[in-house]
Amino acid sequence: MQSTTLIFLLTFMSAAAFYFGRRRSIDIVGGPGHGTALHSLPGYYGYYVAIWCILPALLLLSLWLMVEPRLIVAFVVSSLPEQYQSLTEGELDLLINNIQNLASGDIVSVNVDIALSSSAEMYNAAVVRSRQLLAVLSLGIAGLGAALAWRRIKPDFRARNRVENVVHWVLIAASSIAIFTTVGIVLSVLFEAILFFRKVPITEFLFGVNWSPQTAIRADQVGSSGSFGAVPLFTGTLLITCIAMFVAVPVGLMTAIYLAEYSTARVRGVAKPLLEVLAGIPTVVYGFFAALTVAPWVRHAGESVGLEVASESALAAGLVMGIMIIPLVSSLSDDAINAVPTSMRDGALGLGSTRRETMTKVILPAALPGIVGGILLAFSRAIGETMIVVMAAGLSANLTANPFEAVTTVTVQIVTLLVGDQEFDSAKTLAAFALGLMLFVVTLCLNVLGLGVVRKYREQYE
Amino acid sequence: MDAKRTTREIVEGGLARRRRKEYTFRLVGFFATAVGIMFLGVFFASLIAKGSSAFKQTFVQLDIELDPQVIAPDGELDLQYADFDGLVRDSLREQFPDVSGRGDRRQLYRLVSVGAAYQLRALVESDPSVVGTTQTLWVPASADVDMLIKGNIDASIEESLRTLSDQQIGWVTALQENGRIRSEFNNALFGNGDSREPELAGIKGAVMGSFYMLLVTISLSFPIGVAAAIYLEEFAPKNRWSDLIEVNINNLAAVPSIVFGLLGLAVFINWLSLPRSAPLVGGLVLTLLTLPVIIIASRAAIQAVPPSIREAALGLGASKTQVVFHHVLPLAMPGMLTGAIIGMSRALGESAPLLMIGMVAFIVDVPGSFTDPATALPVQIYLWADSPERAFAERTSAAIIVLLGFLLLMNLAAVIMRKRMERKW
Repeated sequence: MQSTTLIFLLTFMSAAAFYFGRRRSIDIVGGPGHGTALHSLPGYYGYYVAIWCILPALLLLSLWLMVEPRLIVAFVVSSLPEQYQSLTEGELDLLINNIQNLASGDIVSVNVDIALSSSAEMYNAAVVRSRQLLAVLSLGIAGLGAALAWRRIKPDFRARNRVENVVHWVLIAASSIAIFTTVGIVLSVLFEAILFFRKVPITEFLFGVNWSPQTAIRADQVGSSGSFGAVPLFTGTLLITCIAMFVAVPVGLMTAIYLAEYSTARVRGVAKPLLEVLAGIPTVVYGFFAALTVAPWVRHAGESVGLEVASESALAAGLVMGIMIIPLVSSLSDDAINAVPTSMRDGALGLGSTRRETMTKVILPAALPGIVGGILLAFSRAIGETMIVVMAAGLSANLTANPFEAVTTVTVQIVTLLVGDQEFDSAKTLAAFALGLMLFVVTLCLNVLGLGVVRKYREQYE
Repeated sequence: MDAKRTTREIVEGGLARRRRKEYTFRLVGFFATAVGIMFLGVFFASLIAKGSSAFKQTFVQLDIELDPQVIAPDGELDLQYADFDGLVRDSLREQFPDVSGRGDRRQLYRLVSVGAAYQLRALVESDPSVVGTTQTLWVPASADVDMLIKGNIDASIEESLRTLSDQQIGWVTALQENGRIRSEFNNALFGNGDSREPELAGIKGAVMGSFYMLLVTISLSFPIGVAAAIYLEEFAPKNRWSDLIEVNINNLAAVPSIVFGLLGLAVFINWLSLPRSAPLVGGLVLTLLTLPVIIIASRAAIQAVPPSIREAALGLGASKTQVVFHHVLPLAMPGMLTGAIIGMSRALGESAPLLMIGMVAFIVDVPGSFTDPATALPVQIYLWADSPERAFAERTSAAIIVLLGFLLLMNLAAVIMRKRMERKW
């Protein structure tokens, strides 16, 4: 039985359980007119029975589906003939893959012999058996849970409190998912990164200046020893990010000042939503624009003044990324400027300073922590930005500070290392996770710092 | 005269300079604002200029003789192996009888898309009685001819620099003079999956992939996000654990999206061995990605509900849970839905994490379920943007226009909902 059908059936069962639970609570006090004799509203008795019907069954279902594939594979492997038992792990994986493909009727990479086809049949049979067992068990548990809960219904049974307790735990579980996500990110990235650092020393990764992540597939291959010095990636990321900040910070900040201080309400009403549109454009669209419009334009402009510009120059990617970040900088600066008490502004104006002087000498110094916090957040956003650089920046790891040359970034390398077929234990793939770890740690530090500064600053004037 | 100037004189002396500075400052601010908006203008103008032509496709009219010898050699329809390509070629040769030589003929055949054969097969399949007749059909022209008709190939440059030879351009002109070429709405763009041939490539597969993904995302992230927001706002005690959750949510909102892709790759694909390239996995990753957005928006919506409502309900004897689910939640719902739509529009535009979980494969079939291999609309844009053909650049722009159209609709819905259902307390 398909698991979706099963879930549908369970839902139906719990709906029925709700109905019967509610009915029983009414019947038990002798009809709808005697509702006050019950501890809780009849609906709560219904919910109580329904919860006991579906929750244990769903728990079983998800556990089963998680464990099932491994168990079946182990079962099939253990019953393979002698010659297969001594295979290495990689060969065994391949064999299992072939058995699974054969079982589902896909193309198989080896000649099908009797052992293979019989284990494929066994695999299919095991899957069918397991699903039957699962269906019987989970429906049985659902029925049993509902029946037991149904029997417990009495006029003084505190159904509402029970149901609310379950709701409470569900809410806690939902809010804990944020923590599990963070833990999941840290663990998954850290685990693979540690595997990587076993193959490549961490000092070479952090301080090496050569990046060519090609590992040999065969031992006798030439020129593919692979070197994993990530310094060119860090400098490349930094270069593009700095170009972006050079565009975004002045423009964003001046935009915020102009909109907060000078523009009429009508201009603000038009300009602000337009800038928000800028923030809502998907990054892949920026990347397309950078690669097909801005990069050729930068190249032509450079050539016309006699500069050698690579077609995937850091400048083009940085410029477009800067434009992408403008709304972020301007909205965070706007928040910071607006948080400065009006009395300070009025005081400065009252003493006869011009609006510029009020801004540069009073408001900006007061708002500076907030603005700096915003810039840190923007910086972290620029470092982690992927699509623009994947589409508009280069792949070759050049160690240079020249914005007209092609550089590569951490995110670009993660994408190129992980897109396409890959094996999970090669240094090449694991390197991507090491880069991901660096990216996560750096952006996390910037975020914590930025958010902390912004929050502390906001509290200062509240 | 006294050498020492009065304060008034000092102020007046500096006034002109200060006013000048004030003026420049203001001007700089104005230009800064204009830069962003100007970029937006340039961006949309270039997008529309590049992409609008992709909504039209050039078709060539051919008289194709549906030879029963080819389609039904033994009296039985042989759709699988019949040489429909050959029929299209025959009719092209008939059109230009004086073309001879293999090379020239091959050039001639390139005027028409390989899709013509598929069209022919579909025609025969739907109506077997056409076999043996001669049908006059509009079949899609090849991408190069399409580009020529749309004016994207300059016939005046040297022959070796363009994708069409002088001879081919001559044939196209001849066809045009006979009224055998016309432009029509490009149905393939919306009705087909991906293809290596630009004139057959469409976004339907990608749109369906995005649709399934967003379905998974919304059905998980909205309930979970709302539940988390309710807990944090209404139930959570002020302790370390709640603080930790709160800091976590704020940080997760700023974690680069590609890191979520790494998480998806390591956990969902490698550890839980869910299928690669599936909308299900994409939806799960996007759920984690949009959860912080929805939680933050939902919390703001709950905070906007005045405490008097809660107190009134509590005073009438409702339990804490009843207060929340019967009174606070319905009142906060418009704000939460708005947040959900904004979260979904972010999810729709996201592509970096999807690259990590294998949704970049070249997939021709339109996905029909949550576990079929699929791509998403932004990833399709990324894939097409990488293709060197001029015709793909045009289609990329068109796909972007469609994507932005969806985003615009979603945001409009959010704005309208906010306006309609907003309550002032």
